[in-house]
Amino acid sequence: MMLMKRRDFLKAGAAAGAMASLYGCAGGGKASGHVVVVGGGYGGATVAKYLRMWSEGGVQVTLIERNPTFISCPISNLVIGGTKTMEDITVSYDGLRNKWGVRIVQDEVVAVDAAKRSISLKAGGAMSYDRLVLSPGVDFIWNQIPGINNPEAQAKILHAWKAGPQTVALRQQLEAMKDGGTYAITVPKAPYRCPPGPYERACLVADYFKRSKPKSKVVILDANEEVVSKKGLFIKAWDDLYKGTLEYRPNSEVRDVDVRSNTAILEFDKFRADVLNVIPPQRAGEIAAKSGLKLINNRWADINWLSMESNGTPGVHVLGDAIFPAPTMPKSGHMANQHGKLAAAAILNLLAGDEPNPTPVVMNTCYSFVDAKEAIHIASVHQYDAVTKVVQPVKGAGGVSAARSELEGTVALGWAKNIWADMLA
Amino acid sequence: MKMPATVAAFAFLAANGAAHAADPNLARNLAATCANCHGTNGHALAGSGIDMLAGVPKAVTLQKLAEFKSGTRPATIMHQISKGYTDEQLDLIATHFAAQK
Repeated sequence: MMLMKRRDFLKAGAAAGAMASLYGCAGGGKASGHVVVVGGGYGGATVAKYLRMWSEGGVQVTLIERNPTFISCPISNLVIGGTKTMEDITVSYDGLRNKWGVRIVQDEVVAVDAAKRSISLKAGGAMSYDRLVLSPGVDFIWNQIPGINNPEAQAKILHAWKAGPQTVALRQQLEAMKDGGTYAITVPKAPYRCPPGPYERACLVADYFKRSKPKSKVVILDANEEVVSKKGLFIKAWDDLYKGTLEYRPNSEVRDVDVRSNTAILEFDKFRADVLNVIPPQRAGEIAAKSGLKLINNRWADINWLSMESNGTPGVHVLGDAIFPAPTMPKSGHMANQHGKLAAAAILNLLAGDEPNPTPVVMNTCYSFVDAKEAIHIASVHQYDAVTKVVQPVKGAGGVSAARSELEGTVALGWAKNIWADMLA
Repeated sequence: MKMPATVAAFAFLAANGAAHAADPNLARNLAATCANCHGTNGHALAGSGIDMLAGVPKAVTLQKLAEFKSGTRPATIMHQISKGYTDEQLDLIATHFAAQK
């Protein structure tokens, strides 16, 4: 029906020629070709923009994304806490489309044929590529929590771990809860998307309760034996700000949920909550496994750190939360953006017949709010190591905040504005 | 616009007699790791509270980075991030941003 060949695409992409003249002509060894990017989150949007920007319009880019707009997971806990709105975390794809000449297709990829370098779309038809980038984020391993392994249960027991309708729905559940009620959030075993995110959310719900429902409680049921990220800073915030409101329970893995009674079933215990927020265990977005990519632990894509290319499936690059991370590397939006740039640089070299940059560097910065105003951070820098063939954390660099502060809260919001522009504007 | 950074990359390598050829876009790639917070090519948004790096003279950026690294300049996070890059990498980054309009 709409088998899109490259030449058709080139004809269709009128913006492409305009881009090339806009940016003028650069040196020899130019990359050309068609790159298809699947997923328009922190990784996919970044690689799409940087491929167009760095190739000065020479490489055609199609971004396939199922949602009409970008909605950010970072900052979404402030929506759940009631101090930001969905509008504050929503950004249009118009910048990618109009300024950078990225072709945006609102659809879903249902199959990848890596041998034929072609993908199939849910709406029908196929599209060929010279290089494919998968930035599919995570999907949930629902069968590890049988009681919510169905759509009806999932409409009641929310994760809100992909920003969007569930973010709004969780906020509504909290608003509807009577004062004196209990909100429980469950944390899966690491690794999962956004290591400090569950603890930030617990803080912001506790902050909301302090303001509006002072008799209510927050309980964190953590499958891990201790706080996974920013431990000292979170524990200090809980002691200083939420004593009597927030309770932390380690080694409390959710095995099942009784949906009717809103009860989390643990190994030796049960916990009933008025609002039960279950963050299920996660794996690479479904398309990674469906594409036959090599996965580690049957969950995360195995990639080459010089190019983000799948080990075992040439021509397919994987970014963001879906990959098996390098040591100490978190699954964060900031890191996915860095993966996108590493991949963009490598893909342009490969399309021009050159080797990827032999010395890539990526870094992470991650802010968490502990109340509506104050934030804390964790940072790291990772340099490629030719011996282990992995980007390794630089010893002596990185670290966490000395203390929570309003200054870091301001910087966190500035970070969001700048990274959204770096991806999408 | 990109040439000065590229030239600097080669000049640095020539001076240090590096064994393998560095990527000609090394400075661009390194500077892109700063862009999440400091904006694409160093163009941080006005009012974001984060320093604009585009067009800042190389010596100014390098001086700030050296002070972050040594701990003499107050910081929330840059003292931790600057230590993750070699002085040669910071030189390439500062050169790249200085050349941005």
